[in-house]
Amino acid sequence: MKKYLALTTALSVGLGPFAAIAQECTNDTWNHVMESGTLTVGVKADYKPWGFRNTDGDIIGMEPDMAQLVADTMGVDLELVAVVSSNRMQFLEQGQIDLMIATMTDRPDRREIVGIIGPNYYTSGTNILAPEALEFDEWEDLRGQPVCAVQGAFYNQIVEERYGVEIVAFGGTAEGRQALRDRRCVAWVYDDSSIGSTLATGEWEGFEMPLPSEDDSPWGLAVPLAEQNCIFGNFMSGMQYNWHQDGTLLELEEKWGIQPTPYLQSMNERMADHLAE
Amino acid sequence: MNGFEEFFVRLAEDSPRWNFVWLYDERQAERILSGLWMTVKLSIACVILSVIIGIAGAWMQGAKNRVARAIVQGYIQFFRNTPPLVQLLFFYFALGQFTPVVTGPDGWTQIPVISNVGWAIISLSFFAGAFNVEIFRAGIESVPYSTREAAESLGMTRTQTYTNVVFPLALRVSIPALSNNLINLVKTTTQAFAIAVPELLYESVSVWNDFPSAQNPTMLLLFVVYISLVGVLAFGMTSWERKLRIPGYGE
Repeated sequence: MKKYLALTTALSVGLGPFAAIAQECTNDTWNHVMESGTLTVGVKADYKPWGFRNTDGDIIGMEPDMAQLVADTMGVDLELVAVVSSNRMQFLEQGQIDLMIATMTDRPDRREIVGIIGPNYYTSGTNILAPEALEFDEWEDLRGQPVCAVQGAFYNQIVEERYGVEIVAFGGTAEGRQALRDRRCVAWVYDDSSIGSTLATGEWEGFEMPLPSEDDSPWGLAVPLAEQNCIFGNFMSGMQYNWHQDGTLLELEEKWGIQPTPYLQSMNERMADHLAE
Repeated sequence: MNGFEEFFVRLAEDSPRWNFVWLYDERQAERILSGLWMTVKLSIACVILSVIIGIAGAWMQGAKNRVARAIVQGYIQFFRNTPPLVQLLFFYFALGQFTPVVTGPDGWTQIPVISNVGWAIISLSFFAGAFNVEIFRAGIESVPYSTREAAESLGMTRTQTYTNVVFPLALRVSIPALSNNLINLVKTTTQAFAIAVPELLYESVSVWNDFPSAQNPTMLLLFVVYISLVGVLAFGMTSWERKLRIPGYGE
């Protein structure tokens, strides 16, 4: 016991000057990933084409591709973990994933829980998938009507309060959309970009995205809060900066058949290298 | 805003993990309360229905008619051997498509005659009911055959024997196992979350999705509420058991 005490005293005296810095940046997650050689990334598995399962059951999509690029750059193996909106921040907080790229909108209250890293890699607005037969053309038309949704989306509360709709929220997108097909609700509220892709599959004959999109907001990927301003956070900022600059995100968008977003175009121009041709 | 509310507003500002939002935000308070009320309604409806199913099923198990016995056996095997969550999803999404619907005022929506709350009550009651049948059967089998013979020798019919002699004795033996199952049932009502029944878990998750900072307090609330709910039920069952006690029987 005495020996132990002496040792800790010596250590604390010896390390004293470094303690302040060490406390700020322990880089636990980063070091763990580098040591174990595996980067665990939380992505969506029910959000075509950002993250979904192919017929073999593997998770593919735009965000898994981004995760692969991150892992390649770090020189480690990639492991994907499927998350949903209502557990993604908790998974990251509890260390079940090291990095989260899961279609998450960048919101101030979320920044208090996880380390959201800029520059944002995407933006989307809120819209609805609704049957053409109902002829909605403004949000007010939805007042007092049941609208299906998915648990964990930030706009559930917004449309509920702003337009007085009755939100019926399911755990996953599959159940929510099935409920719309079963005519349990008049519409399905979701991200406009995803609804666009859903309609493009051709499986939704007689449905449309009729309203003007609202609350266009940036998406953010996140690292554990403690590493936001440390190696991992700065590294991810750099990754995203380069993706914007060299057009990787634009390429991925095209690869996965996502409707081109003005945001990615403008970011690509803003970050253009002034010396490049 | 009174001092109590101010305290929690300040607490939320000082520690971003402990936002007791439903203690000062009226809307969130309403959500939690409506969720609690739905959980209470679900629990009461399911407890009553499942006990009725249990008693009726146990009675049918002892019936002379072979078809009646087979139906009960089939019912028990189906409901006891499948997970309640699968049953809920199956009832709501699969069977729900075949139930009659009423077309809504907009001419497109179809409001099913049995709502998601209805399906939750049906599914959970039948689930717990299957166990209740077996619990009551165990109670009935514990009544000595000689007691039944004695009742018969007094000229009682099968129904009279069941209602006046066998069941009252069987009930006393069944209560401890019954309370276990009913307690489980109250806790299983949270699974109605999967079909968007706005019960306490659903509303709590909605609250902490809208306010990530409110997750810890809301989880704490969930624990406290379920401990109290189950506590009330367990206390009620124990007092009932004590009240029904016959000195010298079943001890």
